[in-house]
Amino acid sequence: MASFDPFSAALGGLLIGAGVLSLMLFGGRIAGVSGIFADALEPQRSGWGWRMAFIIGLVGAPLLVASAGGNVPTPDMPSWAVVIAGGLLVGFGTRLASGCTSGHGVCGVARLSPRSLAATATFMVTAAVVVAVARHLLGGQ
Amino acid sequence: MGMIVAAFGSGLVFGLGLVISGMTQPSKVLGFLDVFGNWDPTLLFVMAGALMLVTPGFALLKRRDASILGAALHWPSIRTIDRSLIGGAVLFGIGWGLVGLCPGPALANLEGLSPKIFGFVVAMAIGARAQDLLRRARGSRPQPA
Repeated sequence: MASFDPFSAALGGLLIGAGVLSLMLFGGRIAGVSGIFADALEPQRSGWGWRMAFIIGLVGAPLLVASAGGNVPTPDMPSWAVVIAGGLLVGFGTRLASGCTSGHGVCGVARLSPRSLAATATFMVTAAVVVAVARHLLGGQ
Repeated sequence: MGMIVAAFGSGLVFGLGLVISGMTQPSKVLGFLDVFGNWDPTLLFVMAGALMLVTPGFALLKRRDASILGAALHWPSIRTIDRSLIGGAVLFGIGWGLVGLCPGPALANLEGLSPKIFGFVVAMAIGARAQDLLRRARGSRPQPA
């Protein structure tokens, strides 16, 4: 909370929105990262190239920020067991739900898609419950 | 080639937004999800910033027949709220709440070469593939009479 900066948060959000709009304006595609990532796991699939290019762009962004003298935080990660369990759940769950924070949370909510509104409310509430249980009930973190 | 450049540029701008907003740091995301603790509203501002642009932008783009590069516009067409959608969102929410990483920030963090980020992304790939294979196995099975 001490490091809350509404300006950089909103600026970052605008940039995320610009990336989403540019992918639709130029490429005709929804910027849903979980879908782009999962489809990129099949190199024989058509459209593999642009999906990999989008991912390479994502990975390159912190390099650009760092080279411009910006701050790129080192992610603080939980134990290995939680990391692997979390990764499996995020991969499986986003595929089953056909979207994540970007595809449903930004693209779908922007279109007022009832599916995306339902998915976004569900994963937000679920995640908040998990954090409440982990931090306040079990006191683990 | 134009599509590759457009996708790279879009991914780069999207990633810049993730880094600048602080969303690549799991503790910032968990701080937002921690509604009973020392709540951090950052993610709310990020979402609001993105939606302020994408909501009117998509409304305008929907009038177009094709992208600037001539590609078809792939708007999602599925409308049903079913068990897969809600069940998947619950599983994703559990994973997101455990680690504080969703797919975008997880991939953007690969740049830092942290073993745990690689572990998370590999697990994410395995989870996604498992779901794809499961769906295909179910789809190819004859429907019960």
